[in-house]
Amino acid sequence: MSILVNSETRVMVQGITGGYGAAHARLSLAYGTKITAGVTPGKGGQLFEGRIPIFNTVEEAKRQTGATATAIFVPPPLAADAILEAVAAGLDLVVCITEGIPVRDMVKVKRVIQGTTTRLLGPNCPGITTPGDGPESQGGCRIGIIPWQLHKKGNIGVVSRSGTLTYEAVSQLTAVGLGQSTCAGIGGDPVHGLSHIDIVKMLDADPDTHGIVMIGEIGGSSEEEAAAWIKDHCRKPIAGFVAGATAPPGRRMGHAGAIINGGTGTAAAKIQAMREAGIAVAPTPSAIAETLVARMREMGVL
Amino acid sequence: MNIHEYQAKLLLGRHGVPAPTGVACDTPLKAKDFAQELFEQGQRRVVLKAQIHAGGRGKGTFKNGLKGGVQICGDAEEVYERAKKMLGGTLVTNQTGPEGRVVSHLLVEAASDIKKEFYLAVLLDRATSRPMVMVSTEGGMEIETIAREKPEKILKEIVDPAVGLMPYQARKLAVALGFTGDMLHSASKLFLGVYQTWWENDASLLEINPLCVVEQPGGKASLVVDAKMSFDDNALYRHPDILAMRDLAEESPLEIEASKYTLNYIKLDGNIACMVNGAGLAMATMDIIQHFGGRPANFLDVGGGAKKEHVTAAFKIILGDPNVRGILVNIFGGIMQCDIIAQGILAAAREIDINVPLVVRLAGANADIGNKMIAESDLKVASASSLTEAASKIVQAVAQSPK
Repeated sequence: MSILVNSETRVMVQGITGGYGAAHARLSLAYGTKITAGVTPGKGGQLFEGRIPIFNTVEEAKRQTGATATAIFVPPPLAADAILEAVAAGLDLVVCITEGIPVRDMVKVKRVIQGTTTRLLGPNCPGITTPGDGPESQGGCRIGIIPWQLHKKGNIGVVSRSGTLTYEAVSQLTAVGLGQSTCAGIGGDPVHGLSHIDIVKMLDADPDTHGIVMIGEIGGSSEEEAAAWIKDHCRKPIAGFVAGATAPPGRRMGHAGAIINGGTGTAAAKIQAMREAGIAVAPTPSAIAETLVARMREMGVL
Repeated sequence: MNIHEYQAKLLLGRHGVPAPTGVACDTPLKAKDFAQELFEQGQRRVVLKAQIHAGGRGKGTFKNGLKGGVQICGDAEEVYERAKKMLGGTLVTNQTGPEGRVVSHLLVEAASDIKKEFYLAVLLDRATSRPMVMVSTEGGMEIETIAREKPEKILKEIVDPAVGLMPYQARKLAVALGFTGDMLHSASKLFLGVYQTWWENDASLLEINPLCVVEQPGGKASLVVDAKMSFDDNALYRHPDILAMRDLAEESPLEIEASKYTLNYIKLDGNIACMVNGAGLAMATMDIIQHFGGRPANFLDVGGGAKKEHVTAAFKIILGDPNVRGILVNIFGGIMQCDIIAQGILAAAREIDINVPLVVRLAGANADIGNKMIAESDLKVASASSLTEAASKIVQAVAQSPK
């Protein structure tokens, strides 16, 4: 099993005719992802790569192809509208890759999606991958931009706010022989959809996930919330890492959400919360996989 | 992006939020002339406030010896003499660092007869993903200090973005601060205007500290005596009027240069420069440099779509920091292909003299091609296969290199 997506998930791509969206749609198709539709208003009726139908609206793409998930690659000023169109169409999962969406737009989006059944991953995230059963773990579901070559099918769930730091962790896991059940990037923006806690709960409930890697960074309290829940509920081995121990307060470190404000959101506080929850915190970003291996051995699950 | 106090007061004024009568002046003569007008209108005291993007102005000191970035004057001649010392002077406060900031504008205002001071701020509450209005009776103190010493003195009201701050919420805050009678209504109206200013301009923080109850000829009134405002950079495209308020003199020259190439660069005070793709990995790279006993000179995310020219520009920028004694390049290729980075490094080495130790770690997409290109060049560079190896190598190289 896996969380949120599997090899059967039917995916549409909003912004499939843009350079970035097209490039990653091709990579996902090559990986074996069931991309059934593209959406570009005004280009309905055309075909992507000569075979994937393009629609003018998300609603039509869903109705005609049965897609239940979407990857959003539209420019920042149009992204909030694209997310809400997918929510209105009743998709199960919306993965928004777009970086640079105004916070006010996301505050409105968050307000509207409350109470709906749609789950939002991102924005400003690398997406989600569930490796497949084929050679080199192909045939899985890749929504977003994570390089699929890093993955190996297995039993470790990964959740992270960062893109390349996730790649670092996944490649370490694969190198030590630990494959992944699902890797999900929740994004680096201050207002986002699913949080660490939501993904950890799903990974905890997934029988095929035997261990978890949770990667955080400075800013906000997503890591602390997840740690508080883990302390009382999760018995699976978890390795954690928090980036930004050397970041100066009051400065945004690249990600819009990575900022220490008024003494809150520090790496030290997050690391402490993780340790109190029984999470093994990696001392350096190079030691994420070995920290998980050690914890799994300690708990007798490896 | 941050703006000056006088600019924040202008934006607040557009939403009907009152502040003392004032004008921003860039010469002593303009300051004197406006002060003269205020005195003729019956003002007894005029205040001169140095406009810099840093707090602690009142307790700051100018490098020319003048004490205080906020000066109260009793006549126009005094305004002229003080303004002459302040304008063009460098003000050092507890937030500017020892280098201080050059003052190019003074806000000349009618001095208020302050009876009471409050704290008021609007910001995003990340826990609920909603706007939050925060008030305290402890005006004039820094909010961090209030939060630490008297957290019970801070009141928060979460706003439903579907309707915005409601009048009943504004009244609730005003009542909590002790406002009664007519003052309750005027304070609530002020809170609503402050919220509107924050929301409509895509601000990230709007802090009024202090918000004051003042004694005026017509009776008591609430006024914004100091205001600090910063904006969501991602929303500036829809606010050309605010973008026009950007003061480049308040930003680090290297950071301005970096922003021209869409590089995300933040200068720090260490001596090992780093160049990384991705914000999370860039922070983690800074952390691991410190883990091995070094100190990072900067945060630099070259982004996912960087081309050769961006990499060359990035090298120029990190070498523009005179403290840099070594460079660590850490790239995890995905969208970004490692051979592009390698091309950029080699092009940079041809254009500029890289005279400090350089360690390059390439992983992921096309790392083999990239590593081969660098190995076959005549560039003096140490390569590393893991981040641990890369960080320990550069820290060691810098420790051994002559100062």
